[in-house]
Amino acid sequence: MNNGVTLAGTMAKTQPRLELSEITKRFPGVLANDHVSLKVMPGEIHALLGENGAGKSTLVKMIYGIMAPDSGEMLWDGAQVRVANPKAARKLGIGMVFQHFSLFEAMTVLENIALGLDQNISKRDLEAEILKVLDTYGLKLDPRRIVSTLSVGERQRIEIVRALLLDPKLLIMDEPTSVLTPQEVGQLFETLRKLAAKGCSILYISHKLHEIIALCETATILRGGKLVSTCDPRKETSRKLAEMMIGANLKEISKVAGRKFGDVKFAVNNLSLPKHGDFGTALTNIAFDVRAGEIFGIAGVAGNGQNELLEALGGEVLAPRNEAITVAGAGIGKCGPTDRRAVGLGAVPEERNGHAAVSEFSLQDNAVLTARNRMNMVQAKLIDPGKANEFSEKVILSFGVKAQGPKSTAGSLSGGNLQKYIMGREILQNPTVLIVSQPTWGVDAGAAAAIHQAIVDLASKGSAMVIISQDLDELLALCDTLAVINLGQLSAPMKVGEVSVEEIGLLMGGIHGEAAHAH
Amino acid sequence: MRIKFEKRAQPSRFMLFATPVAAVILTILIGAVLFEILGYDGLGTVKEIFFTPILASYKWQDVMTKAAPLIIIALGLSLGNQAKVWNIGAEGQYIAGALAGALIAYLTPGVTSHWIIVPMIIAGILGGAAWATIPAFLKTKLNVNEVLTTLMLVYVAFQLLGYLVTGPWKDPNGHNFPQTAPFTDAQLLPHSILGTAIPPGLVIAFILMLGFWLLVSRSVFGFEVRVVGAAPSAARYAGFNASRTIWSTLLISGGMAGLAGILEATSQLGQLNLGFPSNYGFTAIIVSFLGRLHPVGVFIAGIVLAITYVGGQVAQTTVHVPSASGGIFQALMLFLILAGDVLVRYRLRLVGAKS
Amino acid sequence: MTIDFIISAIVTVVGISTPILLAATGELVVEKSGVLNLGVEGMMLVGAITGFAVTFMTYNPWLGVIAAGAAGAAVSMVFGVLVLSLGSNQVATGLALAILGIGLSTLLGTSFTGMIVPQFSSIFPSVLSQDPFWRVIFGYSPMVYIALLIVFAVGWFLNRTRAGLVLRAVGENDQSAHSIGYSVIGIRYIAIAFGGAMAGIAGSYFSMVITPMWAERMTAGRGWIALALVVFAGWKAGRLVVGAYLFGCLMTLELYAKASGFQFLPSQFWASMPYIMAIVVLAVISFRDRAGSEAPACLGKPFLPNS
Repeated sequence: MNNGVTLAGTMAKTQPRLELSEITKRFPGVLANDHVSLKVMPGEIHALLGENGAGKSTLVKMIYGIMAPDSGEMLWDGAQVRVANPKAARKLGIGMVFQHFSLFEAMTVLENIALGLDQNISKRDLEAEILKVLDTYGLKLDPRRIVSTLSVGERQRIEIVRALLLDPKLLIMDEPTSVLTPQEVGQLFETLRKLAAKGCSILYISHKLHEIIALCETATILRGGKLVSTCDPRKETSRKLAEMMIGANLKEISKVAGRKFGDVKFAVNNLSLPKHGDFGTALTNIAFDVRAGEIFGIAGVAGNGQNELLEALGGEVLAPRNEAITVAGAGIGKCGPTDRRAVGLGAVPEERNGHAAVSEFSLQDNAVLTARNRMNMVQAKLIDPGKANEFSEKVILSFGVKAQGPKSTAGSLSGGNLQKYIMGREILQNPTVLIVSQPTWGVDAGAAAAIHQAIVDLASKGSAMVIISQDLDELLALCDTLAVINLGQLSAPMKVGEVSVEEIGLLMGGIHGEAAHAH
Repeated sequence: MRIKFEKRAQPSRFMLFATPVAAVILTILIGAVLFEILGYDGLGTVKEIFFTPILASYKWQDVMTKAAPLIIIALGLSLGNQAKVWNIGAEGQYIAGALAGALIAYLTPGVTSHWIIVPMIIAGILGGAAWATIPAFLKTKLNVNEVLTTLMLVYVAFQLLGYLVTGPWKDPNGHNFPQTAPFTDAQLLPHSILGTAIPPGLVIAFILMLGFWLLVSRSVFGFEVRVVGAAPSAARYAGFNASRTIWSTLLISGGMAGLAGILEATSQLGQLNLGFPSNYGFTAIIVSFLGRLHPVGVFIAGIVLAITYVGGQVAQTTVHVPSASGGIFQALMLFLILAGDVLVRYRLRLVGAKS
Repeated sequence: MTIDFIISAIVTVVGISTPILLAATGELVVEKSGVLNLGVEGMMLVGAITGFAVTFMTYNPWLGVIAAGAAGAAVSMVFGVLVLSLGSNQVATGLALAILGIGLSTLLGTSFTGMIVPQFSSIFPSVLSQDPFWRVIFGYSPMVYIALLIVFAVGWFLNRTRAGLVLRAVGENDQSAHSIGYSVIGIRYIAIAFGGAMAGIAGSYFSMVITPMWAERMTAGRGWIALALVVFAGWKAGRLVVGAYLFGCLMTLELYAKASGFQFLPSQFWASMPYIMAIVVLAVISFRDRAGSEAPACLGKPFLPNS
């Protein structure tokens, strides 16, 4: 640690800690990184900015030794290195906190941390070391808890402690805030600043501009695998950064202001469901209603019952009472997905592959999945392939899905195109109520804009919309009304425009109207 | 240099058809070498197992007779395998079907009408299906792995057969052999039909193939089965009930195995004895995979496997290889077809010695 | 019931349980790493004939056991390559291994039918091993003690060592283990080889200890029982011992039923008892609180790293 500080002090502006030059990585059909170069100084918090698919994750995976570059050089403290695997990376002093945590649910915090270390330390010594690190950075975590019982924020702390125990010289954070409440984000930033002050460099990957402006000194912006610009984000506006990231002028969602809503089309009345499985969340007294033309948003940190709610609303899990869920006044709580679609209730779950679509099936078969009855594809229990093909083609055309045709498999499409196809499949069935979870998760900006516009357009035709999302910015831009889900409970609805981000943040953290004290 | 797998954007249709053919050819080559190493006449073994049954026309009827039960069972298993419901106890359902049909025969020795065959066959189907209800119940109600339960029940069915042919159903005029009394003329199906060499089972297998083809390619049920197998969450989202799929695929595959069992008993053996189980239920698993779970493929694969059955017996007498030789070729074929699957989904590429 | 009867019953139970205990211990390690290998029956048979053949040729049963383990591990690698390197379906590939093992063992065994091999000599002095009472502790084949040692070693390995922790981690979440930097495929290869070796040794117990001769399919479905035993034990090494002895009791019952009193039920009933009980046990286990089970989360799922 002392060594690091002196290094930071004396050589700060002379020798970069990490230098990448002309890194190139090719995947079948894509150039993920095209001659990317960057420098990270000791003690610098360096942002790696870019939208989904820009090549950020690929680049850091190469730094951490999970993948090997096709060409290009990597210098570490001035010396050329080749990082063969994550172990070698850790040996150099590179730590990484993954976007999708690499944790083992059924094991304890202690075991999880031990697995991330390369040397064999006795349990007692390790626990002492963990407590020391927790103390140094003012973090709270019980080493003996089983991971499956922890909140998302606590889980991320395991990853951070795991990295900190190695006394890293470079810490890579891959989209660390996507699962945190605004308050937890604040805590994380404090930790990162303390770390940087001790000379540790931080490579911070994100597409959230205000965070980067608040935290980082330098930003490297990637677009389509290429380096677009290196700048000081504190001197740029969010808009400027966003345009560099997306490469075009931002398109606003065209939404008529001051719209009038019709009758209540969709109502959920005190819906409660027990949790199923060890890792699920129970739903408690969920109640809200959505009028014709209204877009109702449900915000919340991942894992607070969003998936359970989507499944309960879509009919994958049945409600205990028929009146718990109503469409245009008729109770459908005990109907399955097929019957719910018959009365005009459509749903799009968060996970595209394997839930909303079957990746190894053709797009045509994926149309049969949900549209077979409403689009008259079935006669005498036999599927009419012609009708399925026709509908599938219509979806591809109307939603600008980049695919070779209805015969290409869902898995061959990019995330954004598949999401457009799924949304199109539901929207063209003209639903009375459409419930969508994470409509633009992992989708490029162009597709996201198209999907947002489609949602707004469907609402303006008089459908009731429910959008469940972890992206607060998306909800604020899209919705008329907003509620927050926390631990399976839904807050009272609030009008967008009359509620502050801080208030929503507190609700996301589970604090209902009480004074906020960070624990 | 090392081999690298690259995922194909679209599964290769060419490889889908080419790999089963390649698997058969490779089996022949590897088998020849293996038997040569083991000290047998490798080329001779391969010739007798794979080519004699095709070249010698007097073996054709034998091949068709053996193909019929393999195809009928494998049609049912393929449906289950598409839903990833692993019924590996078809051998037990095959025995149970034959026992149920034989029960009708046992109770009606005095009936002279040939129509008695109909209730016998229906009983056979129901018997096989009934044997499969146990794993279906345990899987859907208690989430018990069907692989183990279906298999355990094979041993139970085998013991049940042993008990019946040595106990209550033992032929009183059978010189104390473990066998039932022969079926009466009314209870028998002919070996072959209408003066041709074609056994009735193969005709039934062909008709069933057409039925299954329609079922899997066009019906909502066939679609349901494919979705449940490919993505259980998507199936739930689509409004399909996985329990219903498990029940129907297990009952159908059990019923098919039972049908094969009673057909074999009434058209070939004319009675039941301890030698009745002949591994068709296990070999049909290979047929199902070699046929790529497609009804037409299964029909062809059933004939290929029947050839190895017949050829195995030929090779036993002519080149003196042990009776298990056919089994080795069958296992090799299954391994190779499973290994070939990778080529459908991935492209192989040789890359330089850089890791 | 006399004390002699009880002692001879215990001796039979312990003896007859040993191969399923060995095979199940191997399979436990395989499954803990996230792989389901259904080919146990086949690997056991290959072990049975190899152990027999090598002992027959060398007159040394120890060499026989070692060869049986090596042969079991060798055939398990066929499964390993398909499942791990080619990503094939584990259920189907395991079945293929079972069919291959049955065929291969029969083929290799034809020339050994009817032969007899020398048996292990007891590792304890005959005063103890032949004593009418003390044989309950000292009167077994050395393989019985070795099997118990292996079970306890595996339990210790899985729960107390770092390597065991890594193995469990691979079975718990293969993607996480991969991204931390563990070789998921490499670890699973080792686990499969260990499982194969244990199954091979378990098989040799049939042809070298239970009856010192070779017969086709002599393991008679015990490999499948071993698979059920792992589920029964809730993936815990300690419970394997209890479960194995329980099944041993059922199999002993069959032997005694054939030999004596229980004529009111046919012998086939007793012969099918272990299989019926295995089904009942699987059903009961799934009834019980699942929290008691330590089933690995990735069991049976293929692992294909996306890099």
